[in-house]
Amino acid sequence: MRIGYYPGCSLLGSSREFDESARAVLKALGVELVEVPDWNCCGASSAHILNHELSIALPARILALAEQAGISEILAPCAACSNRLLSAQQELEKHPELLPGIEKAIGMPYKGSVKIVNILEVLDRLKVLISVLTTAPFRKKVASYYGCLLVRPPRVVNFDRPEDPQSMDLLLKAVGATPVEWPFKTECCGAAFSVTRTDIVAKLSGKLVQDAVKRGADAIVVACPMCHSNLDLRRAEINEYLQKEYAVPAMFITQVVGLALGLDPKALGLHRHLVPVAFAETAGVQS
Amino acid sequence: MNSGSHHDHHEDTLAWRIQQATGVKLAHCYQCGKCAAGCPVADQMDLPPCQVFRMLQYGLPEYDKRVLESEGIWLCLACETCSTRCPQEVEIPKVMDFIRGEALRLNLAHPRSRDILAFHRAFLDSIEYTGRLYEVGLVADYKVRSRHFLKDVMLAPKMYVKGKLGLLPHLIKNRRGMKHLFKHTIGKG
Repeated sequence: MRIGYYPGCSLLGSSREFDESARAVLKALGVELVEVPDWNCCGASSAHILNHELSIALPARILALAEQAGISEILAPCAACSNRLLSAQQELEKHPELLPGIEKAIGMPYKGSVKIVNILEVLDRLKVLISVLTTAPFRKKVASYYGCLLVRPPRVVNFDRPEDPQSMDLLLKAVGATPVEWPFKTECCGAAFSVTRTDIVAKLSGKLVQDAVKRGADAIVVACPMCHSNLDLRRAEINEYLQKEYAVPAMFITQVVGLALGLDPKALGLHRHLVPVAFAETAGVQS
Repeated sequence: MNSGSHHDHHEDTLAWRIQQATGVKLAHCYQCGKCAAGCPVADQMDLPPCQVFRMLQYGLPEYDKRVLESEGIWLCLACETCSTRCPQEVEIPKVMDFIRGEALRLNLAHPRSRDILAFHRAFLDSIEYTGRLYEVGLVADYKVRSRHFLKDVMLAPKMYVKGKLGLLPHLIKNRRGMKHLFKHTIGKG
């Protein structure tokens, strides 16, 4: 299988372990990634706040570059990126009158022919192969945390169920994990307020960390760099808000799958977390 | 027109401008309150989403002004819980985007929006010049704009040790193309 790849900015910096683990896992599963040449930022949670056209033009340039490179399907592991790409694509489908202005801004033709998929969709296609290749089952209790952008708004992303989604739970079961029942699967972590309103992030993320611990989760599993940053890099603020010392790690789904496939924890970037993944070392030894 | 009708809005009203720009008809909201019930930040908002909509439905200048000056519109995280659960499928975050833009244009934005705006502007500046987000530059720029110089000084060294801080920006090749893109969207004025 060959698929276009749009890592996005977070995966080059604060969430590079998501990029490392996605590449390692997909390589192990025989998927060839074709990176979009000279890609730019999608505008994430900032462009749409300040300018509607900009929030369409930035993703449109990425999609047009992918078209030029002959990519028909593109994987955007970052939930914010895949959401922005889908939003822009649909906005241009619904409002073709915007297209001339956008093509002028990006200096390229835009056809809208690229299919955009998230990491759960790609892993879901490979689920049978993943179970067959699982050599070190991830026998842990996990809280699968989807966040906002993968499942909402449903009219844009059209993925899984907006309330109580299942795809990540099924993937986790396929690698031997036991997903806990919990009501925070799609609650917001505070997202882009990480820097400006850390108090709100501590409160919102705090509620879900607290509940995951209460339900006995050994790890919170995510598929979004913003969710991960808030649950990992902001753990000190979360614990201060809760007046607790919660040490439950936040892991990317690709890291969990990678461990189950017997990949080296270092290749999966597990050493990059601020909240240590204490059981990863033992998992690595088995491989 | 101060009739209070929420079916046809006069051109002077914010409700009319919202409909023109976003296609959202405020009359579709029948005040069930589901948006506010699911909103993760409603408890911190001076006006939760359903109240914003109710005030705009009146089409009264003083209510429009109250909405434009509210702090709550800046706290919307665009998590889309409201629009997902809205029985009328009103795209509330899209309306919030537009109201914030109007608040800025009319110089009515709440003073506490300053930091949030500083962040978004720093973010976009970073992309305009390098094509990709340069996280170190973003945080430095935000500190200068917001004057919160000591924010997260303890976090940066930890991130650096974990290899999460790229000290140099990632430059795309076609940076002139990015300048062009910004000029023909946000820079049109």
